[in-house]
Amino acid sequence: MTDHHHHDPSNITNPEHAEHHVVTPFTYGIVFGTLLIFTGLTVVAAYIDLGIFNPVVALAIATIKAVIVILFFMHIKYQSKLIKMTVGAGFFTFFGLVAMTLSDYITRAWGLW
Amino acid sequence: MIAATHAHTHETAQPVEHEHVALPQLRHHFETEEQQREAATFGMWLFLLTEIMFFGGLFFSYLLYRNWYYDAFVVASNQLSVPLGGINTAVLITSGFFMALGVWAAEVKKKGLLVLFLILTILFGCVFIGIKADEYHEKWEKHHIPGDHFDVAEFVNPHAYGLNEKPLPPDAANRTQIFFSLYFLMTGLHALHMLIGLGILFWLLWRAHRGDFSAGYVAPIENFALYWHFVDIVWLFLFPLLYLINRHPGA
Repeated sequence: MTDHHHHDPSNITNPEHAEHHVVTPFTYGIVFGTLLIFTGLTVVAAYIDLGIFNPVVALAIATIKAVIVILFFMHIKYQSKLIKMTVGAGFFTFFGLVAMTLSDYITRAWGLW
Repeated sequence: MIAATHAHTHETAQPVEHEHVALPQLRHHFETEEQQREAATFGMWLFLLTEIMFFGGLFFSYLLYRNWYYDAFVVASNQLSVPLGGINTAVLITSGFFMALGVWAAEVKKKGLLVLFLILTILFGCVFIGIKADEYHEKWEKHHIPGDHFDVAEFVNPHAYGLNEKPLPPDAANRTQIFFSLYFLMTGLHALHMLIGLGILFWLLWRAHRGDFSAGYVAPIENFALYWHFVDIVWLFLFPLLYLINRHPGA
């Protein structure tokens, strides 16, 4: 294993400053329980009449679950800045594409809907 | 080898000591194990980003068509079974949990546990596919698969079938085919990803049993886990969008 504390001015031995982190079964267990609880919540919420907020709540819960999976099961919480930036940039680009495509469809019959 | 290109740091920065044996976790073109691991994770995430775009296009189609043909989407969506979808969500999360534990077992070099967790991952993955197949079969029997044999009867005259839905005029009832097209396309592509994943899992299981991943070389397990969790995330969005958000269409 590499000694992370030695003198390394040119970032030769560990260019990405990636500390390797082993996530414990205990953490995975908590994540697992949380995901199951949110699954139950989203089913219950679907049968409560929240008007236009039904889809909003469902998507919010799905997003929370996805972020938990990405951070812990997929280790992003413990990764280097390069990996974090890569993931963030990917989602940013995706939402940019959605926003631009939506703006096209919404403005095709501007004022008629 | 570092000395040749970075002579000025020769005294302070030494490569990890290893004999001239090509360890799979430190191939000769990487300077450290961390660097190789980082490169592999980076590459895997780039692939997953293309997958986000791939599924993203379908999610966008769903968003658009749901707004255009809202009434048809509501009644068609309510045809899906929330208990089956909910159970399948829990099954998939459980499969992902065992995959995560598999990564841990490989990290701490416990071969027996790794093999066990991979088997459990496969088992729950197969249960998911089985439940999905049962749902597809029900749609087949009710003629709710888009095409020439599609049957709009339940949407034109829901009360005759004991359904508490608004009857749709024939043109709107026909647009339920768009919902079912997207349903089969999205869940079908998701299931295809799972089948490919299950195939890779059997290969990893065989290699894990051989001892490939219990001597410090974790990358294949780790990066496959990223793929498996990504497929889980797709389902985490498919479940509410397809099964849940139309249960109370509002006043």
